[in-house]
Amino acid sequence: MNVVDFSDVVVTYDGYPALAGASARIETGHIVLVRGENGAGKSTLLRTIAGLMPIERGTANVLGVDVAHHRAAVRSRIGMLSHRNGLFLELTARDNVEFWARCVGATAGDVADALDRMRLTHELSSTLVTKLSAGQRRRVALASLVVRRAELWLLDEPHSGLDEQSRTDLDAVLVEASRAGATIVVASHDTDRVATIAQSTITLVAGRTVGS
Amino acid sequence: MSGIGTSRVARMIARKDVTVEWRGRVLVNQVLPFAALVMVMFAFALDGDDLLQRAASGLAWMATVLSMFVVISRSFLVDTEDGALDAMRVAGLDMRGVYLGKSLALFAQLLVLNVVLIALSLLLYHVSLTVESAILLSCVVVSATAGLSFVGVLYGGLAALSKGRETLLPLLVLPVVAPVVIGAARATESAYGTAGARVSEGWPWVGLLAVFAVAFAIAGLLSFPSLIEE
Repeated sequence: MNVVDFSDVVVTYDGYPALAGASARIETGHIVLVRGENGAGKSTLLRTIAGLMPIERGTANVLGVDVAHHRAAVRSRIGMLSHRNGLFLELTARDNVEFWARCVGATAGDVADALDRMRLTHELSSTLVTKLSAGQRRRVALASLVVRRAELWLLDEPHSGLDEQSRTDLDAVLVEASRAGATIVVASHDTDRVATIAQSTITLVAGRTVGS
Repeated sequence: MSGIGTSRVARMIARKDVTVEWRGRVLVNQVLPFAALVMVMFAFALDGDDLLQRAASGLAWMATVLSMFVVISRSFLVDTEDGALDAMRVAGLDMRGVYLGKSLALFAQLLVLNVVLIALSLLLYHVSLTVESAILLSCVVVSATAGLSFVGVLYGGLAALSKGRETLLPLLVLPVVAPVVIGAARATESAYGTAGARVSEGWPWVGLLAVFAVAFAIAGLLSFPSLIEE
């Protein structure tokens, strides 16, 4: 079954065609690399899959929902990490992960597990996010994503700001989530790294998909 | 995450906003001293017991409204500076719940602020209360604070997503909350018994404040989700 099924999708942003005929099919449980130059439309593709961008033309189904007409209906099943981390900076790392855990009814054990996976020690998780480094904040954002147990993960440059150990940890988390049934779409410039764990690749050039 | 109920989202957001305040202590360390300073400056500016007592009710509510802008701006800054509001939208959180939760948290903070400011106005402006007037005053504080909270969060959300949010917020909010300030000041005047006002004259104003609060709660619930979506 295809989790994402896009055909000739057109999305404009401020009158500019950010996606100019994108087509893609992504199977359940796959890890998919989205590659392309800056401005090729990688982030727009992820935001469109997440139901955040209005689709002007084409057909688009995500998790069985027609996102061309019902954009909001699919969002609660998606976990997204964009360029910004989406954290409450004046709360602690643990507060942030607990907030998202409450959204899905996850237990205290799930929170501890998510923090542990991203190597957020007791000391780090008790620190206000505003006092953490960029890499540590990224790890908190990833822990917040892990605890949500979304069906479809959309990650925009998830490795940026992470040290080598954290990158390896993240790859392990993605592979494990994929084996558990989650589908993961990763937009990245770090193509060599992601290619080692991805089953397929979508290449974007000027808003168009050129191969998969 | 299958969509969770509005009331649960509201509780989560209120808890989050109160936790942010608890960790930062901005209300206690910055907003309350600012509001108290405004009250003291008014007292110096209107030097004279008669004038002060006549103006006391209005001054307390003006200090509340001015301080409210700081609380609202901070509340939305926490949600927007790292894209958390976007993350909530992506996660499909019910925006009506977000609106209610933020209104509830703002209500709690403004209530604390109001209690302190009213107490300060009684002290600074030499006003005394009876049991009847204290009951009226309590109802005024609750209904006016609810109205201010519902308006504040609705326009705070609008300003948060715009450029120049700090200056835009007062421009948007002040004209809309004018009826609340007038109603609350008149009703408080009745509770204080200044300018010959009687306690019974304050209750119609409380009714007006309650109607205003309900009207803006409904307007906010209907418009906040599309406001954030657009």
